[in-house]
Amino acid sequence: MAERYLRQTPLAHLEIEARARVAVEAAGVRMGEAGFRAQIALRGDASSETFVDAVKEVFGVDLPLKPNTASTPGGARYLLWLGPDEWLAIVPDGTEEETIAAFETRMEGEHFGVTDVSGSRTVITLCGDRARDVLMKGTSLDLHPKAFGPGQCAQASMARCHMLLHQISDELGYEIYVHRSFADYLWRWLEDAAREYGVAVVSSP
Amino acid sequence: MLLIECPYCGPRDEYEFSYGGEAHIVRPKHPEKLSDEEWADYLFLRTNPKGAYRERWCHAHGCRRWFNVERDTLSHQIIAVYEMGAEPPRAARKGGSKP
Amino acid sequence: MSDQQFRLADGGRIDRERPLRFTFNGRELSGYEGDTVASALLANGLHLVSRSFKYHRPRGVLSDGSEEPNALVQLGVGAYTQPNIRATQAELYQGLIAESQNCWPSVDLDVGAVNDFLSPIFPAGFYYKTFMWPKSFWIRYEYFIRKMAGLGKAPASADPDYYDKMHVHCDVLVLGAGPAGLAAALAAGRTGARVMLADEQMEPGGYLLGRKVAINDRPAMEWVDNSIEELKSMADVRVLTRTTALAYFDHNYLTLLERVTDHLGPDANGDRPRQRLWKVRAKQVVLATGSHERPLVFRNNDRPGVMLASAAQAYLNRFAVRPGREAVVFTNNDSAYQAASDLVKGGVQCTIVDVRPEPPDELRAAARKQNIDVLSGHGVISAAGTKRVTGVDVSSLNATASGYHDAPRHLKCDLVLMSGGWNPAVHLYSQSRGKLEFDASRACFVPGESVQAERSAGACNGTFDLAFCLSEGREAGKAAAASAGFRSKSSSSSPKVESSPETPIRAVWRMPPKDPGGRYNKHFVDFQHDVTAADVDLAYREGYRSVEHLKRYTTMGMGTDQGKTSNVNALAILAEISNADIPTVGTTTFRPPYTPATFGALAGRDVGELADPVRMTPMHQWHLAHGAKFEDVGQWKRPWYYPKAGESMEEALSRECKATRNAIGILDASTLGKIDIQGPDVAEFLNRIYTNGWSKLAVGRCRYGLMCTEDGMVFDDGVTSRLAENHFLMTTTSGNAARVLAWLEEWLQTEWPELRVYCNSVTEHWATAGIAGPLARKLLSELTSDIDLDSKAFPFMSWREGTVAGIPARVMRISFTGELSFEINVQSSYGLALWTSLMSAGAKYGITPFGTETMHILRAEKGFIIAGQETDGTVTPVDLGLEGMVSKHKDFLGKRSLSRPDTLREDRKQLVGLLTEDPRQVLPEGGQIVAELKSKPPMKMIGHVTSSYFSANLDRSIALALVKGGRSRHGETVHVPLENKVVSARIGPPHFYDVEGERMHG
Repeated sequence: MAERYLRQTPLAHLEIEARARVAVEAAGVRMGEAGFRAQIALRGDASSETFVDAVKEVFGVDLPLKPNTASTPGGARYLLWLGPDEWLAIVPDGTEEETIAAFETRMEGEHFGVTDVSGSRTVITLCGDRARDVLMKGTSLDLHPKAFGPGQCAQASMARCHMLLHQISDELGYEIYVHRSFADYLWRWLEDAAREYGVAVVSSP
Repeated sequence: MLLIECPYCGPRDEYEFSYGGEAHIVRPKHPEKLSDEEWADYLFLRTNPKGAYRERWCHAHGCRRWFNVERDTLSHQIIAVYEMGAEPPRAARKGGSKP
Repeated sequence: MSDQQFRLADGGRIDRERPLRFTFNGRELSGYEGDTVASALLANGLHLVSRSFKYHRPRGVLSDGSEEPNALVQLGVGAYTQPNIRATQAELYQGLIAESQNCWPSVDLDVGAVNDFLSPIFPAGFYYKTFMWPKSFWIRYEYFIRKMAGLGKAPASADPDYYDKMHVHCDVLVLGAGPAGLAAALAAGRTGARVMLADEQMEPGGYLLGRKVAINDRPAMEWVDNSIEELKSMADVRVLTRTTALAYFDHNYLTLLERVTDHLGPDANGDRPRQRLWKVRAKQVVLATGSHERPLVFRNNDRPGVMLASAAQAYLNRFAVRPGREAVVFTNNDSAYQAASDLVKGGVQCTIVDVRPEPPDELRAAARKQNIDVLSGHGVISAAGTKRVTGVDVSSLNATASGYHDAPRHLKCDLVLMSGGWNPAVHLYSQSRGKLEFDASRACFVPGESVQAERSAGACNGTFDLAFCLSEGREAGKAAAASAGFRSKSSSSSPKVESSPETPIRAVWRMPPKDPGGRYNKHFVDFQHDVTAADVDLAYREGYRSVEHLKRYTTMGMGTDQGKTSNVNALAILAEISNADIPTVGTTTFRPPYTPATFGALAGRDVGELADPVRMTPMHQWHLAHGAKFEDVGQWKRPWYYPKAGESMEEALSRECKATRNAIGILDASTLGKIDIQGPDVAEFLNRIYTNGWSKLAVGRCRYGLMCTEDGMVFDDGVTSRLAENHFLMTTTSGNAARVLAWLEEWLQTEWPELRVYCNSVTEHWATAGIAGPLARKLLSELTSDIDLDSKAFPFMSWREGTVAGIPARVMRISFTGELSFEINVQSSYGLALWTSLMSAGAKYGITPFGTETMHILRAEKGFIIAGQETDGTVTPVDLGLEGMVSKHKDFLGKRSLSRPDTLREDRKQLVGLLTEDPRQVLPEGGQIVAELKSKPPMKMIGHVTSSYFSANLDRSIALALVKGGRSRHGETVHVPLENKVVSARIGPPHFYDVEGERMHG
């Protein structure tokens, strides 16, 4: 086991907590970094019962088959749809290796892909009355409630960065998964885009 | 900017996609048996019509899937979108309709 | 305020509670909130606003909107300033500063006005004909021409303002909030559709703002206010004012420019952007963009005080400004009669000159009631006055309007109002690729069939009557919503208005000169670019007969107004001259933007440090803190070198290179592309992708691979490791990571779906520190206890898993420097911890961080290529001398191309080493190589330098180059001619150091 205190999130150097410009109550937008989040890239054949069952067994949730949806978060493990044979699984921090091992055992002899990508992306949280407006500045995704709501996710371009966007709920707003090398840039871009609405930085759960 | 209907993610702006040139060009099974001319034809020659054209696109900033598009090269109207490996839809062969 | 002597005592939509001070050409003036710069100037009796572009003729306010060609001002000062702002659109704010353009020293006394007297020698095409000889002189002419011409001044310092962009989707986008647009938005909004309504003016209402008409027996603006209130109460409706639709692109994609805080002046915007560019994707579009009144073409029709009848009406009704005392209203249609009636009520004396011999009786009777003289069958021959019109000469026209019956009669006036009919604002329709049709009875172009999901309603569709505008708007809104999937729930009817019958206009496109055979050289068609009816004639005589040629030869319609008031007049005159009908002559293409947009708005936030993503490795902050100079590799910031205090780049590189060869160096290699590949068919897949074979690679081992595109050219290279029987890890060059993954997916998905292979990018998951040098093993052994580092247990080109500095790691024994080296990969979150551990443990060995430049030097000493530096898409593996990497036993991408006649040529450019005769001389990369030196170019070039460095370890310069037939030229001397000297060098093999590779295998 690694010395976990040695870890650093991609935005640690920004000392984001110190960047808040307005009080939380007055802010149209609240931003934060979600901290370490264990992530597993999952590939497989959605029409294979073995695969679907293995996912259900190891992750405890149904494989989301509908494009651009996530299995209900809230539980410790959930999955985000990335493509017809591709998902991102979120598992509790520190359990990624055992989960991968369990899945590999369960899928012995089958064709599948399972890869630890916990270091690949960080999560920027974005909520508040004007969170959607901030997103609309950087992406051409249709985020109107009629088109995109809680439980939906989408990969798209955000301020020229690749992002995986996940709307958690109306209150908790959005989570933006961004590749760690882009995180500093995207954070500053979002903070700048949000400034007309007032930005508060909040600690994420 | 075109609006391209990814068969998986739905309609997205063109800049999320990368272009893959003419569709339905099959890589020869035995390249070594081809004459230089035949190989050059596979490598370099494309039909480039004015009108309906079947081409490949990849939803690069989305689900990373490749798929086929039939597009009118003059009006940019997208006539059909269909998955890799699928036959072009029949209706697509007649050309598009007005809004 | 006493100085607004032309302001009416009451009325208008200005806010008299909010007086504003402003400065025009240094003069302090006043106006009110709700004024435009133009209305405030007119309220102060100022008609002379600017000088024209070419002849520097005095010009006044022509219109009351975005079609304005004349009244352009330089607005604001310093970094905030903007040129070419239409005074008719710019809103007044406290402390506004505006200056006239195109004049020196002042708009009243302008030296350039001499051009007007010289105008006979400045006809259309003058510049083309005169300044083209001698050719080399153009640059000098241009300097003076620019100084004289000028269209305002660009700000000299960086723009301090903040602009941004917003993407939005809607079911129905309605452009224009006049009667048709409002009716459309209401009808669409009531269905529950997502509606967006945008209008370029400061408040909705469109032409109703300037008219006194009734809707439902109440002032029309009450209906406008109620409509807006209802729209704003709808959840999914967005109303934008001060927002101009700039462009209509494919698939109903439009850009709109909102002037968010422009109207508040430079200091009022705080954290709000100055302007916002809306990028709209609409399922359906309703165009309700209104129409522009046409000027009439007569002699000196450009004098200040000559304006459009509808504009004068709007200044009076909307801004409570009397634009003059005595007006001559010159018309060819009905609409000007209402303008005259309003003006008379506002205290302006009016005489109507109507080219129609028999204007409608009702209109004449109504005019008589207001004591307005109507001269029917008459035309204005010319206007008098220079800086302000003082009168007009009129006479009765003959039947064909080719001359006059009587001697001219002079009418004194200080205002001439023109009404030459109406041009529907078809610009956006035309941009949507729609083809225009000519409506002969109204003498205007109207939209034809829709090409995109779009409808035109109201005046922009050639429907000028208010009742029809309202019903057409409503129908368009309903139909658009229905097409977007929203059915009308309620059945409301159109509001009630009085409809008036419309009588046809009599188009007289240019008023004949006083005397038969007279000139048209002061009959202005395009005011902004000073194109006259005589210029159109000249263009025709010189053979420019297509309307597109006419435009380019005369520059008609090429000003900042894009000919909104001039295009139709010009092409109609061309039709008349060429005896063709107008539809045959056709019209020029309308192109975006509808009105000029600032670069600031188009750039949005993509400026400064946010201009493009900057990618940082997990160790970035350490590099920053230790003074690294960075190099951009794609979007990555990579340490280039790490100068110590007082060290030059050369000194730093020398230190880094020597430390790595003699002790130990450390490189942040996190940017290398890494692709995790899993599945039973991976080895077969790699066999097809790479030029070399992969089936026999053992688990635990690594192999260098080259990949080619199908044309046989090297595309990328890197080391791939076998992690398990069905599990590989591929590395790619830093800049190519995304492209290689896309390449793999393309083949898997489109050509070989039968291969059971999954690829995932893990570039960002791993942080990589490479340690290289004779002491690398010693250092690593101190930080790991679970990896056997002995050369037999852990040979070159293999990988092991274990713990380094307490962190789980995958260590690869591969080398790009030619030294004994280990690449230590840890999960990215531990990257900085790994790096600092290596630095502190390595301090006693003199561990030296090195950047990309040292890496490049060390690999060049070894002759290792860099894809993208030694290759450029025209280089095969054989050209690089890597034929040993090309398998003869299998097919792979590009293989067949390696036996094409072109790739078999013996004189292809091949990779060689170059050693300069002077060992201190470093060749420039890209330098062209010649075998035979001549005294001056051209010389036959046989290749170019691809990499070139000073090698501190060899104490001399080294270079790699691609040279025609290079491999058979070893030993030959070649030359690189540079600007001031020639460098000679000897060709040799492309490696310079430890050719046997003992060091990295050790």
